[in-house]
Amino acid sequence: MAGSIQDTFFEECEELLEAMDEGLTAIEGGDHDPEVVNAVFRAVHSIKGGAGAFGLDELVAFAHKFETVFDEVRANRLGLDTKLIQLLLRSSDHLSDLVSTARDGGSTDEAHHDVLIAALEEYIDEDEEEVVFQPMGLGGAFEMSPIEVEKERVYSIRFHPLKDMYGTGNEPYFLFQTLADLGTLEVTLDESELPGFDALDTDESYLIWALTLTTTEPKSAIESVFEFVEGLCELSIESDMDEEDEANALAALEAAFGAAPEEGGDQVAAPFEPPVSAPEPEAVAAPVAAKAAAPKAEAAKSEQRGPNPTLRVDLERVDRLINAVGELIINHSMLAQQIANLDVADLRDVETELEGFKNLARDIQEGVMSIRAQPVKPLFQRMARIVREASAATGKTAKLITEGENTEVDKTVIERLSDPLTHILRNAVDHGVEKPDDREAAGKSRSGEIRLSASHRSGSVCIEIKDDGAGVNRPRVKQIAIDKGLIPENADLTDSEIDNLLFLPGFSTAKEISNLSGRGVGMDVVKNAVTALGGRINIASTPGKGSVFTIILPLTLAVMDGMVVSVADQTMVVPITSIVETMRGSDDMVNNLGADGTLLSIRGNFVPVCDVGGALGLSKADQDQPPGVYLLVETETGQRSALAVDDIHDQRQVVIKSLDGVCGNIPGVAAATILGDGKIAMILDPESILAASPSAAAFDTERRISNAIAS
Amino acid sequence: MKTKVLAIDDSRTIRNLLAAALEEAGFEYHCAVDGREGVDMYADVAPDVVITDINMPNLDGFGVIEELRGEGINSKVPILVLTTESAPELKARARGAGATGWITKPFDDASLIFALKRVTGAAA
Repeated sequence: MAGSIQDTFFEECEELLEAMDEGLTAIEGGDHDPEVVNAVFRAVHSIKGGAGAFGLDELVAFAHKFETVFDEVRANRLGLDTKLIQLLLRSSDHLSDLVSTARDGGSTDEAHHDVLIAALEEYIDEDEEEVVFQPMGLGGAFEMSPIEVEKERVYSIRFHPLKDMYGTGNEPYFLFQTLADLGTLEVTLDESELPGFDALDTDESYLIWALTLTTTEPKSAIESVFEFVEGLCELSIESDMDEEDEANALAALEAAFGAAPEEGGDQVAAPFEPPVSAPEPEAVAAPVAAKAAAPKAEAAKSEQRGPNPTLRVDLERVDRLINAVGELIINHSMLAQQIANLDVADLRDVETELEGFKNLARDIQEGVMSIRAQPVKPLFQRMARIVREASAATGKTAKLITEGENTEVDKTVIERLSDPLTHILRNAVDHGVEKPDDREAAGKSRSGEIRLSASHRSGSVCIEIKDDGAGVNRPRVKQIAIDKGLIPENADLTDSEIDNLLFLPGFSTAKEISNLSGRGVGMDVVKNAVTALGGRINIASTPGKGSVFTIILPLTLAVMDGMVVSVADQTMVVPITSIVETMRGSDDMVNNLGADGTLLSIRGNFVPVCDVGGALGLSKADQDQPPGVYLLVETETGQRSALAVDDIHDQRQVVIKSLDGVCGNIPGVAAATILGDGKIAMILDPESILAASPSAAAFDTERRISNAIAS
Repeated sequence: MKTKVLAIDDSRTIRNLLAAALEEAGFEYHCAVDGREGVDMYADVAPDVVITDINMPNLDGFGVIEELRGEGINSKVPILVLTTESAPELKARARGAGATGWITKPFDDASLIFALKRVTGAAA
């Protein structure tokens, strides 16, 4: 039980951290609305509260410092200047690290922790009370007394509530009841203060009780019963063995510490008047509970009346559901095919019903997919932090502006986007944005601006990272590529081709190893990550103005639109996203190049042809028959090639079945799917097929040579 | 007859902890996610005791006490404040508004039940 509540706590922390980030970002943007400040305060406060419940001391201690500073801001005792805002932002980052550490184990950067604590403490008054986070000794009766008192004793308690006590909802009868649990209680009402009826002030409190409690409990247990009415009553507690007690206590303490410590003499020697014997006390002001009819259903309803009722579901369950829906769709196409194959004259009714089935299946699929769809907002918020950290590490100032945060993308896609985005943003700060002085010299604002945006673009997600830095230093990039032997010395490349050199494995423009770069991770890793998601990445740069990275991703990793083609008697699927156009070729369009290369002439341009069957090592049934159909595809570098296939059958949505776990990574094949006839079809990866194609390589060399001659 | 508790706290974690502790101890548990909702629910739930957080959106704990004790509702039901702060000023302010007592976060179940017992006399 406690475990599941702790899970809830960490889930809640995610939301709170998000709210905190959002608020701080607004504050950073100049919005100092008290409600925004309050919201951040509450988020930190709630994290502290929950963390306290689970004994996460480090988290509590840090959240407390953070909260205290924020409380000063809230009370307008502290002005929000840039320095403080930066500190709060860094603290929020650290808080989020501490939450992760508390959840996943590991350790946090202690030096960083101490630096932040010290920085926060500068804003806190010296005499600020340290909150000791220990469960309070409310339940004195439940706590071990330092000295075991087992002897039974008699306490004489005199209790005179002041009239203020009744306004706080405290009820003497319940206090007596609690006392009675401690031992044997005798209650006597002293009504001697009660004036005559005509002099009675109904607001005044005249009743006094004298109680005699016989118990083995220590005095502190009795005091704790009266904790809530402290200051609201006259109270004296005396024991028949007080003196003996004190002696015992002293002796015990001396034995323990070897010296006599100071004794807090809290003996209240109030005169104890002989009580007038009276029967059981009448409840003076029995709590009046407005017992309105409370329909249970309504009460239950109001429990869900949050701002946005949501349901938390284990991701695994959703995955199972998605899988089942995938099977349903495959099942539909199998059924459709079998019915089509039936030799029955009139199938119109069945076909109509089947169409309905198909639509329903589609609806369910879309619904299920949307369960996993999540806005990119949390991811983008994390990225703000990356930019902050990168700026701090490089001594530059850069600000992240996000757009389209509510764009929804499949959860798995979002998760796997985190690393590539982090890397691109770090690069943008490290290599893109110039130093403040340089920016000023170039007539720009001192602070760089990085724009991170997400949008839906015809069934795909488009993520754009745009900086207003210096852009790609093309001569240098080219020189590095030549030095590293990545391209020949006399290579003549277009601007776009030079920019795309950044994605080559082993490429790094970092002159020296800075805190951020030089980790041995290059943009090629980014590209691989994006490609693994079935996406594409492109870079466009304008010298002096900045660079734009564009990532195009599928909305989900579970289904995709594909073109069903046949290659060497095999049915295969080519992702629609990579196909620019399809065409039926004629002989005069095909030109030979080199030993086994082929070029296709399309509207005056030549594109290399890749014979898919050949590239995959499949021998064609009829060798002499030239491939008739070409799929014009565009690679990430913007280069076009033609995939030669035997025929095109259909364009349809296919359910992607990963092959990774089954047969590992196969060059040219991205995944597999199941077709309507129950057969498995490979989903091709045009990029890797082309990489293996001799035509494309030969064409590349050829073109460079011809370019070199022409220039 | 179970003692009905209306807990008002904006933290789901704390609500869950309260629910677990209170239901285990035999209380009937109702909850609201902020002060506004808590006050709105009050009449319907008709609780025997209210436990309220202090820092909450829409209406904070002091606001809850003031509204419940105020003319409109005029509740005499015990109200326990659930707070991370044990500063005397805070207790005084809560008491001034009409709070019955306080429970300090993090609470342990025994202290919570003990506090409830002292203000409601609940046998639970």
